[in-house]
Amino acid sequence: MKIKRYVTLASAALGMTVATGSQAEDGYAAPDSWPAPTKEHNMGMALFDRLEYTVPDKGQDAVVWDFQGWYGGDINRVYLKSEGENVQGDGEDAEFESLELLYSRLVADFWELQGGIGYQGGVFSDDHAERTYGVLGLQGVIPYGIETDVAMQVSEDGDVAASFEGEYDLRLTQRLYLQPRTEIAVAASEVEEFGVGEGLNSVRAGLRLGYEVTRRFAPYIGAYWEKEYGDTADLSRASGDNTEDTGVVAGVKLMF
Amino acid sequence: MTRSDIITHPLSRRQVLKGSAALGLGSAAAMGLSPAWANPWGRTNVYSKGVEEGPNVSLAIRRESIPINGKEARPISLNGTSPGPLIRLKEGQDAVLRVTNLLDEPTSIHWHGLILPPGMDGVPGVSFAGIEPGQTFTYRFPVRQNGTYWYHSHSGLQEQLGHAGPLIIDAAEREPFRYDREHVLLLTDWTFEEPMSVFRNLKTMEGYYNFQERTIADFFADIRQNGFAQTAEMRSMWAKMRMSSRDIADVTGSTYTYLLNGHSPEENWNALFKPGERVRLRVINGSAMSYFDVRIPGLKMTVVAADGQPVQPVPVDEFRIGVAETYDVVVAPEDDQAYTIFAESMDRSGYARATLAPREGMQAEIPKRRQIADRGMEAMGAHGMGGMGGMDHSGMSNMQGMDNANMEEMDHSSMSNMGGMDHSSMEGMDHSGMGGMASEQRKTRENGMLAAGEVQPGSRYGQAGIGIDPNERRVLVYRDLKSFTPWPDRREPGRELELHLTGNMERYMWSFDGQKFSEVSGPIHFEKDERLRLILINDTMMEHPIHLHGMWMELENGQGELIPRKHTLNVKPGERVSALITADAEGSWAFHCHLLYHMDAGMFRVVQVS
Repeated sequence: MKIKRYVTLASAALGMTVATGSQAEDGYAAPDSWPAPTKEHNMGMALFDRLEYTVPDKGQDAVVWDFQGWYGGDINRVYLKSEGENVQGDGEDAEFESLELLYSRLVADFWELQGGIGYQGGVFSDDHAERTYGVLGLQGVIPYGIETDVAMQVSEDGDVAASFEGEYDLRLTQRLYLQPRTEIAVAASEVEEFGVGEGLNSVRAGLRLGYEVTRRFAPYIGAYWEKEYGDTADLSRASGDNTEDTGVVAGVKLMF
Repeated sequence: MTRSDIITHPLSRRQVLKGSAALGLGSAAAMGLSPAWANPWGRTNVYSKGVEEGPNVSLAIRRESIPINGKEARPISLNGTSPGPLIRLKEGQDAVLRVTNLLDEPTSIHWHGLILPPGMDGVPGVSFAGIEPGQTFTYRFPVRQNGTYWYHSHSGLQEQLGHAGPLIIDAAEREPFRYDREHVLLLTDWTFEEPMSVFRNLKTMEGYYNFQERTIADFFADIRQNGFAQTAEMRSMWAKMRMSSRDIADVTGSTYTYLLNGHSPEENWNALFKPGERVRLRVINGSAMSYFDVRIPGLKMTVVAADGQPVQPVPVDEFRIGVAETYDVVVAPEDDQAYTIFAESMDRSGYARATLAPREGMQAEIPKRRQIADRGMEAMGAHGMGGMGGMDHSGMSNMQGMDNANMEEMDHSSMSNMGGMDHSSMEGMDHSGMGGMASEQRKTRENGMLAAGEVQPGSRYGQAGIGIDPNERRVLVYRDLKSFTPWPDRREPGRELELHLTGNMERYMWSFDGQKFSEVSGPIHFEKDERLRLILINDTMMEHPIHLHGMWMELENGQGELIPRKHTLNVKPGERVSALITADAEGSWAFHCHLLYHMDAGMFRVVQVS
């Protein structure tokens, strides 16, 4: 059972995180019974960067989420990331496009190297095709302040794919922001079951206008455009799906 | 009248002091006491949080509900007040301070700026084990100095909960200035959030408390003022660095209520005077994270002491007080009118306020807050400009927020890593004020070190810092500070010790030499009785108030034999600051950034003198 594997990995990663939180009490004449003058704190956060209702021009409405949470110290952290959707009215259960459990290590001022395992498939049921994969990624901020997440995925069957996500917050006022974001997916081999073709798969670009009621709660509205390319588009056409679409979204950014 | 008259009064002294505080000055006279201002030595007769007279003092520490700014709050109290009472000692006494912990977690009190035995310094894990719940720890030490100091918890983030108070030591001999009356002004920053959630917010989201970020409107305003090319260049430099030029304070008025003697600006605490008096204001920055710019519109302030130590008088209109610093100023209001004591936070997100008035209940106009400044090149320089080769400064003639006229002492030789930067195109920059730069003749000794008291290249002692326009009014700068007599140890430094102030803003990691306290393997070693020079180089774009416990730091601000001595040194972004230290205090001592969350994030070291 996959869940079990996740749990094992999680506890191993947590163990590493906690072990690195040790104190430098040595080196000066302080009795062992004394506390450390400052303590390292492990902490965590959870963020729904997007939790939105999507109304596409051609396709069906969907609830979409983009979540990430972490726990740990300054250098070592454990991440749980997930993106997925529940297409409305298709009679099917919600689907994880990705559910990933990652160990993350700060490797440069703005960069975390992340690796772990991921799952793609139905949330509660077997409505959707399933697979597990290994992930290696780099998450951080490139110069000019664009938040990026680049990752490579190798599936249990050896299929290789890669993804790029970038987003930028443009401050209109202290609370109103405009957020352009883009996602690009590529694959090294065709996986028909998941509608993945070789080469460039798809490009998605969106623009969201949000208002930070607080730093932890920001409702937004937005629009997006997406297009599939090459073999991926062919696969969609064959199954009668659209290869290009636009849509509007309304949602909320939530941080805990 | 003498102080013993007060003691013979049927009421306890504390009751008298509380009573006079409640009833105003007139009532003190009515009770058969001379008003305090009649005492030529001056007294703080009105400190709103009570007074505990030494040498024997008992303090009980609790967490309790006490309203702050009229709202429900749960600060840490000392003897029932938060911030705690004024502790008044006398030079030459043997102080006995019994501290009882009624919290449900360990606590401690550190006597900030006091020279005392290492076991009495009050830092858990360095000087002692801390004070467990229910326990009483007795601090005993000889009082060998005088002046304005303060005390605070050194356990976790307790200081943020109001676990702090003023500590005044009366001089055994007459101080080198005269005054008729004195008031203590303790500045603090209060938040209704739990300190650990503040810390978590800082760790999880950069700029969490900053609601003065640059917006698109600022961008267009800058284009109007400076043109597109220059604005675009400036913004692109900051964007490349992935930093905010508006990062002046980590925690701001968006969560802080700035307090003066525990009172919010709306509550408007009153400090009383009689026209014609000379009033000594003992200003203490006891806040966790906030620098303040203090002024009293309509009054010239004469700075007479810094960090408890007397300095030659400097008349100023305003002074910046870093976290944990103290300044004593004397004002002489002639008119029968109210004056606003205005302490504006460095990032302009709020202010603390009180009123200096001849009668209770008066108030004067509250000045407008200034606009937040943008950090300029000096902060960027701190961030390794190696990658900025070929940068063209031609368009930077009047960069907003960057004061070129005030660039004295900024030593461009230290910017050698700016590679291909084209200085020939910098003619637009006003170099007239940079006289000190080229002509600075520094005395160098045979061993290559600068002579004692000489200014380090890279220091900016002539500048007050970010957000201060020196042309607007006379603002105190470190170079102004000049002691009355040379300090006892006149030796040249035997060695230099360099420490870099480092950090990762994105992750909210703070450190010395790139290592958090949890990552270092041992203490910084001072040889017993050695004379050394400590050089602090700020590689970050934030100010850091660096505090050494147990020993004075003599700030080498160019005043030769009369350099001032301090317990806390403000180091500006990109700045290089040096101090002479006589390592005469055997034992282990804390050394840290006094921004509470920086310290807790790892900007902390132990100094061992042996």
